[in-house]
This record gives sequence, structure tokens and C-alpha cells, in this order.
Amino acid sequence: MSSEEPVHTIAVTINGKAYERAVADRKNLADFLRQDLQLTGTHVGCEHGVCGACTVLVDGVSARGCLMLAAQADGCTIETVESLAGDAPGPSGLGPLQQAFRDRHALQCGFCTPGILMSLTELLRDDPSPDEEAVRVVLSGHLCRCTGYQNIVAAALQAVSKACGAR
Amino acid sequence: MKAPPFRYHAPRTLDEALSLAATLPGPRLLAGGQSLMPMLNFRLVGPENLIDLNRVAALSGIREEGEDVVFGAMTRQREIEYSPLVKARLPLLAEAIQWVGHRQTRNRGTIGGSLCHLDPSAEQPTVAMAMDASLVIVSPGRRRELAMRTFAVDLMTPALEDGEILTEVRFRPWPPGHGWAFLEFARRHGDYAIVAVAVLLELDASGRASRVSITLGGVASTPVRVPDAETRLLGSRVGADDISAAAACCGRVEALGDPQVPAWYRQRLASTLAARAIPIALSRNAAHAAAGSTSDSGLTS
Repeated sequence: MSSEEPVHTIAVTINGKAYERAVADRKNLADFLRQDLQLTGTHVGCEHGVCGACTVLVDGVSARGCLMLAAQADGCTIETVESLAGDAPGPSGLGPLQQAFRDRHALQCGFCTPGILMSLTELLRDDPSPDEEAVRVVLSGHLCRCTGYQNIVAAALQAVSKACGAR
Repeated sequence: MKAPPFRYHAPRTLDEALSLAATLPGPRLLAGGQSLMPMLNFRLVGPENLIDLNRVAALSGIREEGEDVVFGAMTRQREIEYSPLVKARLPLLAEAIQWVGHRQTRNRGTIGGSLCHLDPSAEQPTVAMAMDASLVIVSPGRRRELAMRTFAVDLMTPALEDGEILTEVRFRPWPPGHGWAFLEFARRHGDYAIVAVAVLLELDASGRASRVSITLGGVASTPVRVPDAETRLLGSRVGADDISAAAACCGRVEALGDPQVPAWYRQRLASTLAARAIPIALSRNAAHAAAGSTSDSGLTS
């Protein structure tokens, strides 16, 4: 980054922790998370909003991290995949949705997984018992080249039934 | 790729945004960013100054004003999707919005951004054309209102002059009981449509079409109304013959071609989708539904 590149100072809350950083005007939110905060759980794939790997929650709703500038996140609350293991860790330290992905082999290379997990987190908050169709509609915003999606759907539905059983 | 360098501005008021747009060199307005950000990342555009409208609260929201439903240009597609008012009064828009991108992009994408980007196959410009929406455009000391057909000049070219900002989109709802249908075909859900069709239909007491709007998206350089098809249905009982004749008109609209989708394919798709959409609009018409399914509509033939 050249010295004359314009910057903005932003204050953001990410996974419950407050940060204040000067960030280049042109830097997108996903790159900010990865490069400036070392939160490398969020992945960057296509950089034009199609693949969904960089999806994070901004003030509770899913958004493409590559289609939002870090400067635009000033004052926002961001959740990334790093937040998922926190609430109710299973035996392996995974959150329930992550555990379901592991149980059902819903990933192979795992590149797309962080974005998918965040979109499903948003879905399950809005609707704790979505049907398969609702899961598939949300997944339509993500590309996965390994799984054929079948096991991702199965994992999401397993997380739903576990959550329902726990209630 | 990464966006080229630019200077970012986040005005809080419309006046501030207008003054920045009028005075800064090489300005570009940023709405929801679901098209402009990819273009920046691809370096298809390289503005010196990027003026972000996301913090201008006055540009956002849906309200009723007289007979109209008015959208602030920065109203997000998500808000339109979940609005009971839109569902009740603008069912065509409510149906079309579900085809826009994905949940993750509708959360940020805006109606005004889509209209100004003016992709020929995008859903919101197609609905705006179908409903003769009116667009409010403001620059320092000046306010003008343009009909969608005037606003949509050419391929991705809106009638916006330097320093102007689209602030509102005004729709005049059709009367309660009208029929509507929005259909599109794309290779994958969430992709831009290859062809989209929007149909609005009103019947008189005798079951004849008294008002018709048929619009194609993705066929020409902007969304286009198909006056021949509309005229063919007007005054008819919208029987199977009327529907196929109107659909044939849709298949004769001059179409764009590209290596993946030749013009003849777009024309055939336009005709096929119109033949499916018109019966749906008819079946949703209250007058038609009240009369039962005894008429010789395309659905029952």
C-alpha cells in the first residue's frame, strides 16, 4: 500500500470484540478481516459476489465480504465463522452446525464452508426448523465444487433436527 | 482482482451527497454495491471518488403517498421482499423480487441501484417498465421526474446527467383484483435471466381484457413493452387463441444475440414464457376467478 493511499479509521465489533483500525478506502471487508485482523476463517474466492465463500453476517444479515468496503462497515457488528465454535462447543470444540457438517461429510476441501456456515446460521436464526427447500434456496447463493451439495443439505437438516430434539 | 484506488466518501444527507457529486472529479455513486463492487474488483470502472449513499437515511424506505407506493432509491431488495405493503399492492414486484440474485445479495442490493445499473435482463427495471414507474431525479437546485421508458435510454445507460442522483421510484398500483405474473428463465437460479416476462391484466365485468401490460426483459438492450401483444389481448376474452397470438408477438421482438444465446433463442424463449405467463395472470384476476374456470382460457384448454 502506497503512503498516499487514502484511508478511513473505522470502529467495528467483530465476533463480540471491538476493533479500531485505519483501513485503505478501497479495501473490501473480506480482505480487511483476513489481512488486517488475521481472521482467516473467511475465505475469498471469486471476488465478484458469485461464489459465496466470503459471506459474513453484517448486523445480523448475510452479505458478501468482497462486495462491501471495510470503510462501509464502520459502526457495524460483524460475525464470521470464527464465532461459531464459541457458543456451544461439542466434544471437538465445534459448534452444532459445524459438528453436523463433520458428521455428514458436508465438506471436502472446505474452501466454501465458512460462507455456507454463515448463511445457514442466518437461516436458522430466522427459522429454526426450515424445510429442505428453504435450505436449498439459501445454498443457491454458494458454490461448492466438491460435495455436490447433497451432504451439505443433509448436515443442515441434521443440525435442525438436533436443535429441535434438544428443545 | 482488487479494486483500483479511489477516495471514499460517506455523506449523511442528500444535500451533502449532491454537493459531493457535483464538485468532486470522477465521481461514482455507490448504492448496494452488488453490481458496482464487482465492476470495481474487475477494474471495469475506476472512479476517482466513490460516494457511498448507504448512510443517507432519507433515501431509504417504502411509503404510500396518495395513490402511489414510493420507494426510496436505497430501499434494499430484502425490505421489498418482506414488505406486506408491496405484497398487497404491487404483487408483480413482490413476485419478481424473489428472482433477484440470492438472499445474500438481496440483503444489500437496492432498487435504485438496479435501475441505475440498468442491466437489460434485471428484474426490477423490467417491473418498472411494466408498471410505468416514475423516477425522481435530483441535482443541486433541480428536481425532475422521468417515466421509466424515458429513463432507460439504452444498454446499461440511464438518462442521468452528471451530478444527478435518483432519489425515489414511484409505482402506481393497478386496482385490487388485477392479474399478474412474472416468469424468467436462467441456467441457474439467481443468475441474470436470459429472458424475463412480466404480465399485468385487468378484465372488465364481461370478462374482456380492459388493460394489459406485457414486458420483456433480457431480449433487447433495455426492458421493452410489447405493444402488439398488448393490443392483441385488449378487448378479448383472453382465450387460448388470443394467448398464442400475443405470445407470437413477443417472439417477434428484435432480440440481442451473443455467442451463448443467439437472438432466435431469446425470441423463442420470449414467446414460450409469455404463453405461460399470460394464463397465470389471467387465473389470478379476481374477475376471472369469480367467474370460475368456465371460460376458454389458456389454462383450461
